[in-house]
Amino acid sequence: MHDSIHSTPRPASAGALPAGAGEHAARADGQLEKPAVEFRDIDIHYGKFVAVRDFSLAIRKGSFVTLLGPSGCGKTTILRSIAGLVDISTGQISIGGRRVDDIPIYKRNIGLVFQSYALFPHKSVFDNVAFGLKYRNVPKPEIARRVGKALEMVRLPGSEKKLPSQLSGGQQQRIALARAIVFEPEVLLLDEPLSALDANMREEMRVEIKKIQKETGITAIFVTHDQEEALSMSDRIVVMNAGRIEQIGSPEEVYEAPATAFVADFLGKANMLPGVVASVDGQKATIALSAGQQVTALSPKVLASGARVTVVVRPQKLSVGTSATGNRLAGKVVSTSYLGGSAIYEIGIGEGTIIRANTQIDGRLAREGEAIDVGFDPAACVLMDEKGFRIA
Amino acid sequence: MTNRWQLYDARLAWMLVAPVLLLLVLFLLLPIAVMAVYTFFTFVTAGVETSALTLANWKEFLTDSYYHGFLLKTVRVGAMTAIICGVLGYFPAYFIWATTFRHKWLLLLLLIVPFWISFTIRTFSWIHILGEQGLINVTLLRLGLIDQPLQMLYTEGAVVMGLLHFLLPYMILNVYVSLESIDRTLISAARSMGCTSAQAFREVTLPLSLPGLGAGLLLCFVLAAGSYVTPQLLGSGRDALFGNLIYDTIMGQLNWPMGATLSIVLFIVLGCFAAAYTRYMGMSQIVKGLGG
Repeated sequence: MHDSIHSTPRPASAGALPAGAGEHAARADGQLEKPAVEFRDIDIHYGKFVAVRDFSLAIRKGSFVTLLGPSGCGKTTILRSIAGLVDISTGQISIGGRRVDDIPIYKRNIGLVFQSYALFPHKSVFDNVAFGLKYRNVPKPEIARRVGKALEMVRLPGSEKKLPSQLSGGQQQRIALARAIVFEPEVLLLDEPLSALDANMREEMRVEIKKIQKETGITAIFVTHDQEEALSMSDRIVVMNAGRIEQIGSPEEVYEAPATAFVADFLGKANMLPGVVASVDGQKATIALSAGQQVTALSPKVLASGARVTVVVRPQKLSVGTSATGNRLAGKVVSTSYLGGSAIYEIGIGEGTIIRANTQIDGRLAREGEAIDVGFDPAACVLMDEKGFRIA
Repeated sequence: MTNRWQLYDARLAWMLVAPVLLLLVLFLLLPIAVMAVYTFFTFVTAGVETSALTLANWKEFLTDSYYHGFLLKTVRVGAMTAIICGVLGYFPAYFIWATTFRHKWLLLLLLIVPFWISFTIRTFSWIHILGEQGLINVTLLRLGLIDQPLQMLYTEGAVVMGLLHFLLPYMILNVYVSLESIDRTLISAARSMGCTSAQAFREVTLPLSLPGLGAGLLLCFVLAAGSYVTPQLLGSGRDALFGNLIYDTIMGQLNWPMGATLSIVLFIVLGCFAAAYTRYMGMSQIVKGLGG
């Protein structure tokens, strides 16, 4: 397993943990509950191409876990492997403690929501939602009752007789959600369900999906490349890159304490300032940036003088002008984007290095070409080592 | 005048479709109109008719059961051919759609290869297979399984066989195109909700491919019912279809007014089937199928 995962703080109350640590945490909580979904050392190859490598994860029952990463990182492959739509090459997958590697897709009891909705165009809304119940031999009156309840849950009661083509994209996706939860599957898999919707609808559906997941208490695995969706909806986020796990943590953890340079960059485009440790005073290190200026940073570990490090600061943690506190860097405004209450500045701090600052406007809006100070608190940054792993 | 040409100018559009419109009017609509007028001309004797208008030809067609028999037989052979094409053609279409073989285009090309040889020559080739001295009879005689050659050629079976040979690619392409337009995640969705692959086929794939099957059935029916070469070469006099009747009336009896009447009848009957299909399925499916 990846070094960086072990270096990540993981509270025991977490929803998703690396498989080994999961059991340990469960014991610490005094619970003997089996994880809802568990991956052990999964590798998935397509011919010579390795889509997923060394994937281990335990997902707690009732939690909402997001697989986040750029396209091609293996997140969808993992999701499809739970459903049985992709065969794993090595390792094992368990759902509710039952190994499913050899169980065919139609016996896995899984709810799937696709990006393209995948509603049956030739069937009415009722027949679409009733589909899973029909193949579970549920009696007809019971089917009618449960379909009605599911449609109420997604706020589309009375739409039974319509065809999918008569519904808007958002409504179709809600029907798809109803269809996936109506037979009470053990796990709900959501494969970028919001990507095909327009921006307003996306926000509404985000809230709705989360609400329904809480109400039903279903274990949900959500795949997305959108960091905002991941941060706002998840109990736990699994950040993936190139077939590997980069970090597992709560939204706050992965945002505030990114385990790797990749996570820092992928979630919220952090400023990455490379430099060399100039002097050390206990946990306080003075770092000479490649850009030519010096900053001080708090390190959880005493650093060696002369070590190469990268200072990672979120644009939101920076202040500019007279309110610049802590580390003050002299710079020049390269561009200004006025956003109403706040503004995003791109500030050159020498040697072609540009810092992005997203701050409240204090007094006057700085214009392009103006000299300006930019500052951040020594505790507001994270330090990465040469290999791009967080120093902890 | 500042009346400059634009890319999406309506005049340009008309100019571009004008040649095709002209051809259609001159060589399709006008001849049909002339034929329609001919049905009211008076037949005097072989090769001679007068433009004196009469309903005699229509009266003869409507009252003589000889013609009705031909029409019924033509519809029956056409329907039979279309249905056999549908049953036989669905499987290869499904196979080409479902295969993970990388060079699918090659399989589709194989379907089109027969079109490289003249349709008439392909029809003639059946004589060497089904004839008295044909492949099948000679083989069976040599093996001693039969003493007398079997009568296979010049039967209705031979005609249907020839039509199948000619029409099967049309059916396969039509079904294939409608299968190809099915979103495969629908099948994954059905499977994830508890369907075996056979059940997913029945619930999703089959119903969604029916428009293509319907288009193939109509196309095969119309082409079979309108065929003339195949029954002429592979059938006996008794297996003649409506097209052969028209040929015989015009070229044999030199009765042009009656020939025109029979042509218009076939035109109307097949037109009705096509219209009924368009009403319920939409013509776009056929266009898709022909576009391959």
